[in-house]
Amino acid sequence: MTATLGRFLILASLLVSTLGAMISYAAGRKHAPEGVRWAQRFAYFYAALMVGAALVMEYALLGHDFSVGYVAHVGSRSVPTWVTVVSLWSSLEGSILFWGAVLGIYIAFATYLNRAQHLEYMPYAIGTWLACGAFFSFLLATAANPFLTVPAAADGPGPNPLLQNHYLMVIHPPFLYLGYVGMTIPFGYACAALLRGRLGLSFLKPMRASLMVPWIFLTCAIMLGGWWAYEVLGWGGYWAWDPVENASLLPWLTATAALHSAIVMERRGVLKGWTVTLIQASFLLTILGTFMTRSGVFNSVHSFTQSAIGPTILAFLAAVLIFSIALLAMRIDTLEAEGRIETAASKEGAFLFNNLIFILLTFTVLIGTVFPLIVEAVKGKQMSVGRPYFDAMVVPAGTALLFLIGIGPALPWGRSSRQQMIKALLPPIVTGGVLAALGAAFGIRNGWTLATLFVGGYAAHVTLAQMWQPLVQRLRRGDTFGNALVNGQLRRGRRRFGSYIVHAGAVIVLIAIAVSSTQRTSHELRLVKGQSTTLGAWTLKFLGTEIRQEPNREATIARFAVTKNGQAVTTLEPRMNQYPTMREPIGTPAVHSTVKGDLYLSIMNLDGDSAGIMVLWMPMVGWIWFAVILMGIGGLVALIPPRGVIPSEARDPLPASDASPVRASA
Amino acid sequence: MTTTEKMKRSSRWFMLGAFLVAGAAFIVIAWGGINKNLVYYWTPSDLFANGDKAYGATIRLGGMVTAGSIKNKAGVSGVEFDVHDAGKTVHVKSSGVPPQMFREGIGVVVEGTMVKGGYFQCNRLMVSHSNEYRAPKSGHPIDKKELERLMKSTEGMDAK
Repeated sequence: MTATLGRFLILASLLVSTLGAMISYAAGRKHAPEGVRWAQRFAYFYAALMVGAALVMEYALLGHDFSVGYVAHVGSRSVPTWVTVVSLWSSLEGSILFWGAVLGIYIAFATYLNRAQHLEYMPYAIGTWLACGAFFSFLLATAANPFLTVPAAADGPGPNPLLQNHYLMVIHPPFLYLGYVGMTIPFGYACAALLRGRLGLSFLKPMRASLMVPWIFLTCAIMLGGWWAYEVLGWGGYWAWDPVENASLLPWLTATAALHSAIVMERRGVLKGWTVTLIQASFLLTILGTFMTRSGVFNSVHSFTQSAIGPTILAFLAAVLIFSIALLAMRIDTLEAEGRIETAASKEGAFLFNNLIFILLTFTVLIGTVFPLIVEAVKGKQMSVGRPYFDAMVVPAGTALLFLIGIGPALPWGRSSRQQMIKALLPPIVTGGVLAALGAAFGIRNGWTLATLFVGGYAAHVTLAQMWQPLVQRLRRGDTFGNALVNGQLRRGRRRFGSYIVHAGAVIVLIAIAVSSTQRTSHELRLVKGQSTTLGAWTLKFLGTEIRQEPNREATIARFAVTKNGQAVTTLEPRMNQYPTMREPIGTPAVHSTVKGDLYLSIMNLDGDSAGIMVLWMPMVGWIWFAVILMGIGGLVALIPPRGVIPSEARDPLPASDASPVRASA
Repeated sequence: MTTTEKMKRSSRWFMLGAFLVAGAAFIVIAWGGINKNLVYYWTPSDLFANGDKAYGATIRLGGMVTAGSIKNKAGVSGVEFDVHDAGKTVHVKSSGVPPQMFREGIGVVVEGTMVKGGYFQCNRLMVSHSNEYRAPKSGHPIDKKELERLMKSTEGMDAK
């Protein structure tokens, strides 16, 4: 019964999205106000159906209805309720259903926010969103159907133990999906601009905002993925250039580039086609990422066709790619530049360099990720691209980006005099030098790390100076501190202020990555109960092991007393969790975090009173998580629209009374 | 055509040229970087078939731990053992602590390189496992698919 209802909702959503997409595009071409209203209704209807289907699945999961295929696949009576709730995204079919529901919510929100404005673009945008929605409904109706009826069993196996093993694995996937799926919205706007053959500056606002929302989620998702790897996998790192990780990084790189080029577009009226291209690329890369992580193509190039999901997503990827390229080729000329960039030694020049580096990074990661697939498909040889390739390419690019975080904001827009340049660019060198000297005093000898500290100090100086500039100006004019803070930072220049918070976070992240990856020390050894080992100032004494029965697993916990310079600090309890459905126990390391760094203890094996352990000192790692959250907060600050200030051109007239001629429709 | 339009044209060509040069340089650098940093997925037989190429190259060697070959060095964390497939056997020295499931007759993937001493220096040792529960059996026939999957995994990340 539940399965039938679910299947009905999926089929209805397929019908609604397909019809809705066609009606929306027709409404866009005909400039019919009534058609626009119908497009909106279809968008809301699609959202309701998809959210409904996801809720039906949650109902089935919580009710342990094992006659529903997906519940029989991932459900279990013996797991805690929270695990049952998040089982929705623990496996393939459910995660596609979750994707559809998230897409529905995004579409409904974007449609509602623009229900009375940008109406000459909106039908094209809604049409594009619903066309994407139709694909996911199709996937749910065919290859990834979670609502198949199966013979009801008494109990199920439960979701992948890795999901149950750590709470980060519970919040990482939703963030990733909110980031991935959200890229559909700016993609729809970009296609709408091209289809309409015009991209007015007023339409840039919803486009930027719609890009910022998934960017925030994706930023946090990438960090959460790294944090999870660090807290769970036990090898003491957070990033391995694994295809799964790269898949989440690629759209982030292009989306970040697009957020920057959109600023140049707003200020100078140039780079319209380029920004649109970057937005389309971001969406394409999310689909590519879904293909890479969901089709199993990295397990074997030749076996991914065994399930229909891989080829279906690949076909969609090809269709979107062809559609995007064709649309760009036919319409990019209609997005005419309204200004020009005069000199490279300007803020807009720095933005161009920023975009160039982000594109190079995208290609670096893309090539390194896809190369083994091509070699295997063509030559049948199996290999991968090692970490040194990524490090060698990405480290210089990352350092250059960090330098640009300093130079770009310091430079004025347009041409400036030599004196202005010197005044803007010279003082931060002092801060950079101080930070690098500080690093050297702490024993850092790695050239790239010292360079990162120098440009990081430079960037930090500029960022902080720019961040508080409005406040300082207001204080000089005799404003009270409270007024200056609220008016200068939060009310008027909120977007600017938010961007600099993001920059500050990025500076910290890049420095922390450089320091933690080059300054770590580690130690692998075997300890018998009562023995101890030292790493730097730390001493760890192995106290013994304990076996603890938990509802869904059996845990073997090793206990270590930690002392620093002879003083007791804490007890670390790395553990091995044995799940009934897995042959090998999952080790979970224990981490003692301090401001300076983390003491990381991982058990490789336990054999009676003897433990094989890996002890690591990871300096500054905690700064990464904290600073990425800061970046997310900065993005939120920049996103909140300034209240009470409605730009005169924000409310576009209804298409019927559209005064400006639509050039491309001729 | 006005002069400004002419200038626009020529600057556009200049931009295009600059982009092409930059793109070509990037591809050359990336290509070199990739070729220098390939990680080969080999069995012991592949390793012998590739001869001298195995020295210094980064290799993920997949095979089975030979019965009776495991030697734990007293007091230190390192371990020595042989890895074999249907045809060949390679001697492996690992400096780290082996994972919990490590034992004779089990499929392993070791990452490292061949050194001139005639043995394989291993930096990372991974043990074959699957998510489906099977009673661990020593000496069960090598599961080639399983080993291939393990070779491609990065610290279990693919299990997500």
